[in-house]
Amino acid sequence: MFKMTHNILRNLVVRKSTRRYPFEVREAFDKVRGELVNDIVRCIFCGSCEVRCPSQCIQVDRKAAVWNYDPFACVFCGVCVDICPAKSLSQKTQYLRSVDKRILISMQGELKKKSREKDKEAEKDKPAPVEPEGPAATG
Amino acid sequence: MRKTVIPFGPQHPVLPEPIHLKLTLVDERVVEAIPNLGYVHRGLERLADVRDFHQMIQVVERVCGICSMIHAHCYCMGIEELMAVEVPPRAQFLRVIWSEVHRIQSHLLWLGLFADSFGFESLFMQFWRIREKIMDISESTTGNRVIVSVNVIGGVRRDLSAEQTRWLLTELDWVEEQIQRLQTTMMEDYTVKKRTVGKGVLTAQQAYELGAVGPVARGSGLSQDTRQTSYAAYGELYFEPVVETEGDCYARSKVRFREALASVDLIRRALDKLPAGEVRAKVKSLKPPKGETVMRVEQPRGELLYYFKGSGEKNLDRLRIRTPTFANIPPLLAMLPGVYLSDVPVVTLSIDPCISCTER
Amino acid sequence: MREEITPVRPADLIGEVAKLKIQGYRLVTLSCTEIDANCIDVLYHFDKDLGLKHLRLTAMKAEPVPSISPVYFAALLIENEIQDFFGLKFQGLVVDFQGMLYLEEEALKTPFCKFSIQTAEKTSAPSIAHAEPAEPPAAAMPGEPAPGEMDS
Repeated sequence: MFKMTHNILRNLVVRKSTRRYPFEVREAFDKVRGELVNDIVRCIFCGSCEVRCPSQCIQVDRKAAVWNYDPFACVFCGVCVDICPAKSLSQKTQYLRSVDKRILISMQGELKKKSREKDKEAEKDKPAPVEPEGPAATG
Repeated sequence: MRKTVIPFGPQHPVLPEPIHLKLTLVDERVVEAIPNLGYVHRGLERLADVRDFHQMIQVVERVCGICSMIHAHCYCMGIEELMAVEVPPRAQFLRVIWSEVHRIQSHLLWLGLFADSFGFESLFMQFWRIREKIMDISESTTGNRVIVSVNVIGGVRRDLSAEQTRWLLTELDWVEEQIQRLQTTMMEDYTVKKRTVGKGVLTAQQAYELGAVGPVARGSGLSQDTRQTSYAAYGELYFEPVVETEGDCYARSKVRFREALASVDLIRRALDKLPAGEVRAKVKSLKPPKGETVMRVEQPRGELLYYFKGSGEKNLDRLRIRTPTFANIPPLLAMLPGVYLSDVPVVTLSIDPCISCTER
Repeated sequence: MREEITPVRPADLIGEVAKLKIQGYRLVTLSCTEIDANCIDVLYHFDKDLGLKHLRLTAMKAEPVPSISPVYFAALLIENEIQDFFGLKFQGLVVDFQGMLYLEEEALKTPFCKFSIQTAEKTSAPSIAHAEPAEPPAAAMPGEPAPGEMDS
């Protein structure tokens, strides 16, 4: 027990190692794999995320241009972000907040071959997605 | 002499995960122990039938939460051997670095839990405070705290920048200093020694015959570490297994403590030698794995073995996972006879039981 | 596989394994694969000085295989696991859990087989299991090792 005393005495004078969490939040690291977002305007509904997802939480309807996503089945591995050919998928650095109701995300997009103006209009309404990593780093 | 049969577990304050031991006692001493498993069996091996070999990486990472990186590392090495993929040297080094980060966090977790098992709560908190820094290292370099998901067939998904390498080195200095500060408490404290020295002795002969692996074997004086086979980049790093000879709970905790410090050194050397270049080989044009192979790596708990059998399809025919705790249960049964009932929690925890691993 | 695999017949198995034990090999594990409806493949992995050695036993599902647990005590859990998941019977197990190490008494199919064989001959009848659902499977375990066997 006495061998521990010097540690205890030191802990009385050094800074606390815990945070008062909801009031003090540590800044997220910039490579963190958090919430998955789809920039539906850029999505080409190829379905490769659906094929490669290990937890099968994404369903893509190629004909109706609907992207369905179940964040509660998602394991946030980021495989879909890596392989997305249109780079429409990205991950925020914040984790998904805990909620008391199940969320199912369903996004209606448009199939390609649309005018440039429409593209810009839609982009104005949406906040720009945070890119957690450059594509060059992942090869 | 009257015999008493006492069930130990599946729910017990000292056990993080459910395992049942049927203990036969004479007075206060254990004379026989019989295990019973099956409380957390998930059938992950069979998932290879429905998930293709790329998706299985995320599945095998979830075999064990604590050593997810090393499971995925072993799996990827096996598939790479079957598909004849050449992994870039930088990726090999990065895999070693993250594996060792995981080893430190696993050993610190265990040292904390072990201190808790004999009631030394403040030591438990000190170890877990250091572990939090390791978790930060994981999170900032790989993207996640525990299930890091950096391995892919052919390499790794993340790279370390020069800035991160410098940051990592300063953080490692802090971690090493903090671990060393607890050395006198863990190794020389009267109360710690009273609860661990001479408890659950496993001789080297017993350990070898019963197939003990990892720190349990090395605590009994066997110099047996799968990292000696120089998989990944271990061949290029100077590496020596940590061995203690007493074979009791104290020796096993000493092995893990020294290994945590040795891992810090290994990461430093790996960062120093880290070659430049690609981190991921192209595998898209290659055929799915065909043939069978066995791959072994060293987990924090010991030797991990994967057996692969593929027939050139997207799904593997058979994936067999032998986790270290599964091999360490027979040695545990040999350690228990002769110990007091009050020491059973300490002895059980000294093999670092990971039951979800064991039952997969 | 990089290492050689020696095929063995069920009759020679114990002899081969005992020979390896005398040579100082450590039992790593057994891996079991289903080949077809009748055949099952058991690989025995051994290690000595970081080198692996494998034995391959191709067995019929219906016929029991000799257990190596009297030679290597460590094989006890692995063989019981195979018995649970593949329905392959082992003769002379040190502790025989009767297919109830992982599974419950109600489970009559072998979960890791594509061509499952019905293992209806579990010790306790299903009706008893329903009458006492709280009883753990360990209580139904008949064979317990003699104290001397634990030391080997």
